[in-house]
Order: sequence, then C-alpha cells, then structure tokens
Amino acid sequence: MNKLNGIRLNHRKNTENSFTEEFPLPARVKIPMSMTMGAPCQPLVKIQDTVKVGQKIGDSDAAFSVPVHSSVSGTVTAVSDYRTAAGTVCKAIEIETDGKQTVFENIKPPVVTDKASFIKAVRESGACGLGGAGFPTHIKLAPKTPVDTLVINAAECEPYITADYREMIENSDDVVGGIRLVQSHLGIKRVKLAIEANKPEAIKKFTKMAEDDDSIDIVTLPSSYPQGAEKVIIYNSTGRIVREGQLPSDTGVIVMNVSTVAFLYRYMQTGIPLVKRRLTIDGNAVSKPKNISTVIGTSFRELLEYCKTDMDSVKKIVGGGPMMGMSIPDADMPVVKTSNAILAFNHYDQSKTSACIRCGRCVRVCPMGLMPADIDRAYKVKNVEDLKKLKVMLCMNCGSCTFVCPANRKLAETNQLAKTLIPRK
Amino acid sequence: MNKLIVSPSPHDENYMKTSGIMLNVIIALIPALCVGCYIFGWRAVTLTGVCVSSCIIFEYLSRRIMNRSNTITDLSAVVTGVLWAMNLPVTLPYWMAVIGCFVAIVIVKQLFGGLGQNFANPAITARIVLMVSFPSAMTHWIQPVSYEYDAVSSATPLAMGEGGAMPSYFDLLLGNVGGCLGETCALALLAGGLYLAARRIISLAAPSAFIGSLAALMAIAGEDPLYHILAGGVFLGAFFMATDYATTPITFKGKIAFGLGCGIITFVIRYFGSYPEGVSFSILLMNILTPYIEQTTRTKVFGAKEAEKNEG
Repeated sequence: MNKLNGIRLNHRKNTENSFTEEFPLPARVKIPMSMTMGAPCQPLVKIQDTVKVGQKIGDSDAAFSVPVHSSVSGTVTAVSDYRTAAGTVCKAIEIETDGKQTVFENIKPPVVTDKASFIKAVRESGACGLGGAGFPTHIKLAPKTPVDTLVINAAECEPYITADYREMIENSDDVVGGIRLVQSHLGIKRVKLAIEANKPEAIKKFTKMAEDDDSIDIVTLPSSYPQGAEKVIIYNSTGRIVREGQLPSDTGVIVMNVSTVAFLYRYMQTGIPLVKRRLTIDGNAVSKPKNISTVIGTSFRELLEYCKTDMDSVKKIVGGGPMMGMSIPDADMPVVKTSNAILAFNHYDQSKTSACIRCGRCVRVCPMGLMPADIDRAYKVKNVEDLKKLKVMLCMNCGSCTFVCPANRKLAETNQLAKTLIPRK
Repeated sequence: MNKLIVSPSPHDENYMKTSGIMLNVIIALIPALCVGCYIFGWRAVTLTGVCVSSCIIFEYLSRRIMNRSNTITDLSAVVTGVLWAMNLPVTLPYWMAVIGCFVAIVIVKQLFGGLGQNFANPAITARIVLMVSFPSAMTHWIQPVSYEYDAVSSATPLAMGEGGAMPSYFDLLLGNVGGCLGETCALALLAGGLYLAARRIISLAAPSAFIGSLAALMAIAGEDPLYHILAGGVFLGAFFMATDYATTPITFKGKIAFGLGCGIITFVIRYFGSYPEGVSFSILLMNILTPYIEQTTRTKVFGAKEAEKNEG
C-alpha cells in the first residue's frame, strides 16, 4: 500500500507528560450558540434566569444542529451577539457563576434500549467531534449506508496538542468503553484505533487493553502530518479510498475522535452533557505549558494567564493547532466545544510573498496529490475549467503546501478562495 | 497588549526560503568552480567575478526600470552568473561575457516576468546566442593548467574525433581536459549534484534519465558510453540545468520525460549532427516542450473521479 504524502513537522509535544489540571471555576462564562457544524441554536433562557450545570440553554429544530448546555450554575447576565472565530455571528449567553456548580435536577443517565434511542441520547448530550471540526456526533452515528468499520482517530498530528493523548493515558477505560458502546449500538464488526507512532505509551497501553478483543486493532500511523485528516486516516488504517463526493460511510467506515468516544461513555454513565473539556495551552509566549480541563465558556485570556503567559508580548493567539487552527482577534474569546488547544505566540514573521519558483514542494507534500502551484496560477486568471480539472474541491486545507513554500505563497488560502469560483451543483 | 494578528492557517512556516535554495545551489557549484579556477588559472576567477557582478547589476537595473520590486537578495542572479561563467571558455573577452549576462538576465528572465516565469534556461539561452554570434571566441579552448591564454589552442575531448589522443577517464573525472570553465571536472559536478539531492533541493529523476538514456543510446550506437557522459557538458547540464525549477516539469513523471528527451536529443546531435556538443540545444528544446509535458503529466489526485465527458 502506497503511503500518502505528508510532511515532517517539529512535534513540540511539550505537554505530553503534564497531567491534566483542573482550572478553578471562572467568575463568568460566555457560551456561544454556535460551537459546532450545523445550524446555530436559539437561546432557551433570558437575562436574570438562574441556570444549573447541564441545563439545556440553547437548541434548534434543525436536524443538523447540536444543543448547548450550561457549563456552570449561576445567573444569566446577558444574551448578546457574538462573532465566532470563523466570522459568523450568533447569540452568546453570558452567565455569572455562583460557585456552587449545582447539577441540574433532570440529569440522569439516559435510558438506551435501541439504536434510535441511542442516537437521540447522543444528540441530547451535545456531543460533536472534539478533534476540532465539530461535526455533530448524532449525525455521524446515523449513516445512511451500512457501516462495518469504526476508525478511532487518535493521530493528533498537529504540533503542540496533547489533549487527546492525555485522554488516552488518563481515561483509557473510558476510551475502550466508548468504543464498545458505539460498536454494540451500531453493530460494527471491526474497530481500528489509529495512533501516531510518536505516542508509544498510548500504543503500548491500548495494545495490552485490546489483547483479548479480536475486533479492536491498534494501528500505528507514521509520524507525519496530516495523519489525522479523515481521508488519510481511513486510507492508512483500512486501505479504503473515500472518493470525490463520497462520505466515509459510503465506504463502510465512520471515523470518530478518541476523546469523543470517551466522552460518550461518560455521558452514558452520568448523564452530564458536554460542558467541560481538556485543552492544551502552549506556544512560545506561554511559560508554563499545561493541559487544562475547564468549563465551556472560559475565556482564553484567563487560561493563558493561568499558564503564566506574558499577555503584553502576545502577537498571535491560535485556537487549535498551528497548521489548521484559527487565529483569533480577541483574547477574551471563550473556550468552545471544539477547542483542543490555545496557542499564544510572541513573534510572527509575516515574510513577504515572492514569485513562485516552481520548485514543486507543494506538489510533493500534498496528501491528496493536488498541484497547488498550478491551482495558484489557474486561480490568478480565474480559469474555472482548469480549477475543476485540478480538483481543487478536494483540498482539505491541511496547510502543508503553504508550510513548505519557499516563496511564502499562501497556497492553502488560495485553494479555499479558488473553491468559491466553482459553482456548486 | 498588542493588537492580535489574524491570518489564515497555517500559522507555522518552513525555514527553507527561496534565497536558501539559491544559496545551496551556489554551494553545490563551488567544487566545480574551484576546479575550473585551478585548471584554467586566474582568468577563470576574474571571468566568474565579471559574470556574477554584471548579472546582479542587470537584475537590479531591469527591475528598477520596469518599476518592480528589487529581487537581488533572492540570490537567483548570482546562480545565473555562476552558471553562465561555468559555460564559457576561459579565454572569452569580458565584454562578450557581459552581453551574455544581458541576454540571460534581461531578455530571458526579466522580460518574461522574472524568477520562475522564464520558459527557457537563462544561462543556456545566453550560451546559444553567443555561440551563434561569436562562434570562434566561444570555441577557443586552451590546454589545462598551462595558463597560456593566447598561444596554445586545444580541442575539447568531444571535438578531437578519432585521430587525436583521447584523454583518459581519469582526466575526464578530474577535469584535466579542455572545455568550458566549469564543465570539465565530472567528479566535482557529481558531488554538487548529489549534495543538492541530499538536501532535497533537486530530484535526481531528470539527471538520471538524461545520463542514463544518453549512455544507453551511445552504447547501442557502438560508441563508448562512459566517455560520452563524462566528456562535455553532460554533468553540468544534467545536474544544474535539467533540474532548473522554472524551466523543467514539476512532477516526477514529467522530470523523467524531460530527462529522456534531453538524452535522446543530445545523442542525435552528437552522433548524427556536425556539432560536437549537444547538451545546450537538448535542454533548450526540452525547455520549450516543458509546458506540454506538464499538461500530460499532472499528478493523480487521491480519490478523484474520472473526468466526466458530457459535463458542461
């Protein structure tokens, strides 16, 4: 089997051995109504309402949406407009905490009897893909075509981030429990737990845990970026190719993030929805990099200050990894369900873009086999026919091409712009 | 606190920049250049100096006149200058060398849009222009290590024909033969090429296809294949010109096609033609074919559907 292209990055997993620290309850939280893919929720509470931990505070009638729950107990102080990191505007609910963290009285482990009630419970949990993209989990678990393989994405191929790794080390029983849960409710025969080779501890641990379970394979992925991209991990762990226009389930596979399955397991035990998560705080402006567990809605600034960041020197803050994460305009933005890392940098070279020298590095590294240099050229003259032939729609914006470009051309960005020229069918 | 910078991902970058690549090419050229300077004496040093400085000046002036950004810091003009000098007989008058720099930098490179936009290799085009314009000066070769620039004239190994005393493989490897300033020492050129390949600056696809096909065809035609690849400009052309980014195909398949084409054309010129040397012409001809090679050797996109014929 030919391996797909990838690039070697400096892993910078500085926090891989730092045990998750519990962040002290913040005085206030801000919970956006849109934290996942899909329709934003409508607020279910208003100013002055008191809310408790796990209480649903936002929901939507749209099928492709995920409800939002309060992560704290306290009083709603504002329901305001909020611009997400992606640039869309939704409502956000601000809550002043009372410090008691009283759990909502209706919280109890869900009763699951069949697949339909399982999917319903998953939606009520507020779960989404915790790896960063935030795909609604209840949609993923209800594929339209039969599925025989579950791939657990534990690649964590982005530099710095170790949140998933800590989940695997600290909560390995939850991971295995979650895998068995999904396996039994969806009737899946084979499970591939795919871990990048730079996490030998996790590979050892799970190989041992899955020793007597023939249905779970531990797959060691090469330490190259982007192993965790959906099409790449499916190919490298099962050999199946997700073709243009197909969903993973069309090839009989679903891919779930390792932290997502572990969360589902805990939810089925306790009934507490997704109100808390672990994230890695790192970057060269952070003097004490850490893994932190905190409630959704905590501000980035508080977390960075907790990790001894000199906020005056910070030039750039990234939510997520350095390759695909989003740089944010405001340090007071809140932690959302998909935040797996906050990176703060005190230098950022905005090197000047120069002419393409046609070195071909972008072509050599593209995991999809695209030709970013040619796409760049076709985009410049708005040649839509050529862009279609060059299959720009298959770009997943992993950023490898921009990373390697010696002329500092923003190739990944151009690919996204080029996509907008192609009419959707 | 500073105003935060917001930019699209990725937020990290590689540290190999255009100038770094050019610097590596210069480093790779140094062994062959040093051997050239040893074999042909001080005039080789001054000729190289003249070529490099006039390339830089032409680059600066033409960008300035065309109201474009100054690009001399990317070092590409230095690379062109060194390569150009290495393609010259050491006796060439300086003013002719400067004309070559003008052709390479202004006409071939900057008039087509600058670095990466030129369709033909600047140094090779300049060499061909000068060979046509000043045929005798461009083929005035001297004996190695004699340093007598006026008196002694010598033939290159390829021009000697059957009669003359052929140089040994050993002389060809070390460069102890007549020829252009930088093309004689096959060993130094090979070292430079392997250095670039090890640094992943160039791919060995085109050079191997070039050298391999030339050797195979010469063997079939009953000539000495080893002699033909060591003599003349094959190593200089294969490692440093058939791997030029701007004027050769990007993909692996394309590079192989390019190298094979160079090998075949060089063979045809050397075996059937009246020119003793065919490397420059073969590379220039393949430069012109490069856009067509590119069109037919695009990469296979992972999971792409075949083109739908009836669409649109």
